[in-house]
Formats: sequence, C-alpha cells, structure tokens
Amino acid sequence: MSLSLQNASVDLGARRVLDGVSITITPGEVVALLGPNGAGKTTLMRAGLGLTPLAEGAARLGGDDPSRLSPRQRALKAAYLPQRPQAIWPLAVEALVALGRYAHGAAPERLSPPDQAAVDAALAACALAPLRKRRMDELSGGEKARAHLARALAQAAPLLVLDEPTAGLDPAQALGVADIVRAQAGAGRAVLLSTHDIALALRAADRFVVLRAGRVLAEGGADVLTPDVLEAAYGRKARLERLDGAPVVLFE
Amino acid sequence: MSARVSIGLAAAGVVALFAALWLGPTPLANPFAGDEATRTIVWEIRFPRALVAWIVGAALGLTGAALQGLLRNPLADAGVLGLSGFAALGAVLAFAFGVATLAPLGAILFAFAAALVVTMLGWRTRGPASLVLIGVGLSSFAGGLIALALNLAPNPGALSDLVNWTLGSVEGRSMEHVLLAGGLLLAGAALIFAAGRGLQALTLGEEAAAAIGANLTRTRTLVVLGAAACTGGATAAAGVIGFVGIAAPHLVRALAGHDPARLLLPSALAGGALLVSADIVVRLLPTDAELKLGVAAALIGGPVFALIAARLASRGGDQ
Repeated sequence: MSLSLQNASVDLGARRVLDGVSITITPGEVVALLGPNGAGKTTLMRAGLGLTPLAEGAARLGGDDPSRLSPRQRALKAAYLPQRPQAIWPLAVEALVALGRYAHGAAPERLSPPDQAAVDAALAACALAPLRKRRMDELSGGEKARAHLARALAQAAPLLVLDEPTAGLDPAQALGVADIVRAQAGAGRAVLLSTHDIALALRAADRFVVLRAGRVLAEGGADVLTPDVLEAAYGRKARLERLDGAPVVLFE
Repeated sequence: MSARVSIGLAAAGVVALFAALWLGPTPLANPFAGDEATRTIVWEIRFPRALVAWIVGAALGLTGAALQGLLRNPLADAGVLGLSGFAALGAVLAFAFGVATLAPLGAILFAFAAALVVTMLGWRTRGPASLVLIGVGLSSFAGGLIALALNLAPNPGALSDLVNWTLGSVEGRSMEHVLLAGGLLLAGAALIFAAGRGLQALTLGEEAAAAIGANLTRTRTLVVLGAAACTGGATAAAGVIGFVGIAAPHLVRALAGHDPARLLLPSALAGGALLVSADIVVRLLPTDAELKLGVAAALIGGPVFALIAARLASRGGDQ
C-alpha cells in the first residue's frame, strides 16, 4: 500500500497550512516527517488519509482517493495513531489494543482466532504481554504510549501513520518505538512518522521529509539533513555529528 | 463478567417487582389471594405502577449509559442534560392545549430536539463541567418555557396537576402507561444497542475512533434517536425523574468495568431495579401526601452526582 500526495495544498480558514506538497511512501520504507511546530506535519498526514480536505492537488492511498473511502475501508488500508492518543474510559490494555480490530468486524470481547493472533502479536511487539490485563489508568506514560501504538499495529493495515509516537517518552522507550517501527517496515509495511527527535528519525527512517511553513524544504536520504537545511527549518544553527557511529544533532 | 452482573441485576429487578406487590400503605398477607380487594390492589394498582417504575428506570439508566459513552463524560444523563426537561415541555404543551393524546409524541419530539442540541454543543466540549453547564442552561430554559406554557394555557384548571406531574411520579399509572413507555423503551434500546460498538470505539477519542473504522455519524444518530425515544417515553409516563441515568452506570462500572458497550444492558437493568426500589420506599414513608418519586430520586441522586463531579475534579478531569 503506497501513499502519495501530488501538489497538495490545505487551507484552514484563510490560512494555507500545506502548500503544494508532493511526497510518496512505498511499502517497506519508513519516512520521517521533520519540521518545527506548526510546519504542517499533522495536516500532511491527515490530508494523506483523506481526513482533511485538499484545497488543491491530489492524494492517493493504494490507488484510491482517500477522501472517498468509508471509515472502515480507510482503516483496513491505513492505521493512524494521532498525536496525544486518548483512553477516555480505563479499559484493560488488551481491550484497548483489540479496538484496533474494529474494522475487521471484531468486538473486543469476542475475538476470532485471527483477531486474537493480531492482538497477541501487537502486544508482544510492544513488550506489553505482561501488562495485558492492567487498566490503562494504571500504566506509566511510556506504557500508555506503547499500548496505543499496539492498537495501531493490531489493525494490521499495510500503511502505518504515526503522529509523534515518541512524544513524552524517555530515551530508552523512544528507541524501543524506533525498533518497533523498523520491524514493521521489515515486514513490508509502509510507515510515515512525524517526530521532533532528529537523532531518533535518523535511526528509524529510510527517507526524510523536512517541512517548514507548509512547504517541503528538503526530501531524501540522511544526507539531506545538512546544517543549512536544519537551520532553515528550525531557525537555529545546527551541527550533525557522529558519536561512535550514532548520529547526534547539536543545536547552538 | 458483564453477563453475570446483568443476571444479578435482572434478578434484583424481579425481586423488587415482587416486593412492590407485597409492600405498600395497605399491608397484604398474600398478594396472590383470590379476593376482589386484593386483586384490585395488586393487579390494577401496584403491578402497573411497579412495572412503569421499572421501565422508566431502565429507560433512564440506558439513556445515561449511552449518552455518557457518546459524549465521553460520566456526568451525562437525560435529566442533567435537559432531555427530560424538554420532554416534559413537549408533554405539558400537549396537555395544556387540550390535546393530551399527543403528549407522548410531544415528549419524544422535544427530547429529540434537546438531544440534538446537547450532542452538537457537547461533542467538542473538553471537560465534564462545560457539558453539565450546557445541560443546566437547557434545563432552565425548558423550565422557563414550561412555566410560560402553563401561564398561557387556555385551560388553567389542570395547572396544579401538571406542575405535580412534572415533579415525576408513577402514582396511579395503568397498563396503558406500561405499553407506552415499554414500547418506546424497546425501540430506543434497539437503536442504542446498535450503536454499542461505535461507543466502544469512542473510548479512543473522536479522531482515533474514526481512524479504526467507526462511522461516528451513524453512532451519533442512533444514540440521539434512541435517547429521545427512551426519555420521551419515560417522561410521558412518569414526568421528570433525574439522576437515575448517572447513578445506574456509575454503580455498574464498579461491578462490570468501563467498556461503554458492555455497560448498556446492566445500566438499564440497574436503573429499573433502583427506581422500583425507590418507589417502594416512597410508598412506605409515613407522610401525609406521598413523596414524589422524582423528588426521592433527586434526594438520592443529587449527592451521588455531586460526589462523582467532585471526584472527577480532584482527578483533574474537569478541564
């Protein structure tokens, strides 16, 4: 399942928040969306999923116009993890993860064997198997974030769209999420993720799209993340160093 | 777990219904005795009254659970959000203007209008408090309109009866009321149960619920129509009875967990059992004039409501 935007623009009120953006994400690759707050990362994701109408341009989700898909059809093609996911009622972790099977017709209390297998695999991938019976309000912030990620994985959609999945996580938990994302791409899924953690993006992603003020500033492999691009994006001088082989970004 | 809770609450309802045949201002040794007086008291007075109480309680408990799931707010309830007030207004308009046969229809239509307004305004409210404030506004508005309708009514003789009726009571109800409220409860329940999975999805919030494939327009429509049918029927039969819709789901969450779909049936059963029990207490109280059931429900439910609200606020849920 590939996702593409061609020359896509989005207006919120009178303001153009996405301006002529073209990107493509293909199966097996992780694309990281970078850029400052308000650059249009979330809008780009929502436009790609057909959740925000385009003022101009076109979106394609596996060959279809995503804005014409029913919620169920869309959910079978793409799993979307919004920023700051919620669990309004304190369900058990496994019941929350089972909600990922909604589009497959499953009620959390009556899972078919394939549904149960998908839930179990998602719990295992996010290291949540020992916590499956716990209530959501008894988890730490990192555990909650992993539970919501597991919900998205349980959906077993060929495209994963993750909006800041590592926000608020400690470095070890964030690296854990990066590893989960890599494993998903290894299994043939396409992944689009947004993050403010550039070092983490360098570890998880194959390609990078840097947005600023609704436009694509740079796109390509790790070599596009030059000091000039980072300064243009974030408005601060930046250096990219390697420490024992691991990328480190230093802002002045 | 939720099945066992439902069986227990259904049994509690049956026990309360039987107790309602026995207990009352006139003590009966055997409610199943064959003499004329006993038969009249039990089958023409106590049985329909208790059954109406159960149906009204079930309708309000179910509506409360459904509205709480839809609006993601444990303080949502037909009474608090103004659905009951508007249903009463619809019925009062019919009574006051001499078309009493249209009272149930008026109650349903006005409850529907209130449900529509409150879900539209309440859909994006952040905390429980702002939603309750919307409900307070709607309820006061309905109260004002009821007073206005009574003032303008061409038939002022029936006024005191009507005011009494809006306080909520199942005194003197017949099998006709059972059929009316029961039929509407069945219709409303069918709509609300069809929305169960959508309510479950809404646990994730609006955006993620749509992302997992839930059709939220359908869920909202089903709950609004179901809540209007249940509240309209309950109010047409018994006047305004508040807080059952908060107390019943709150009680059930402690027993059966928080899954909004699996709360629906037990909340209906708990609401029924609660209201029949409250009505027995009302009948046994040694007061000169019988205490209104709606007043009793408010005396019990008001503090429960305040307690839940205070607990939510202390948890920071009131933002």
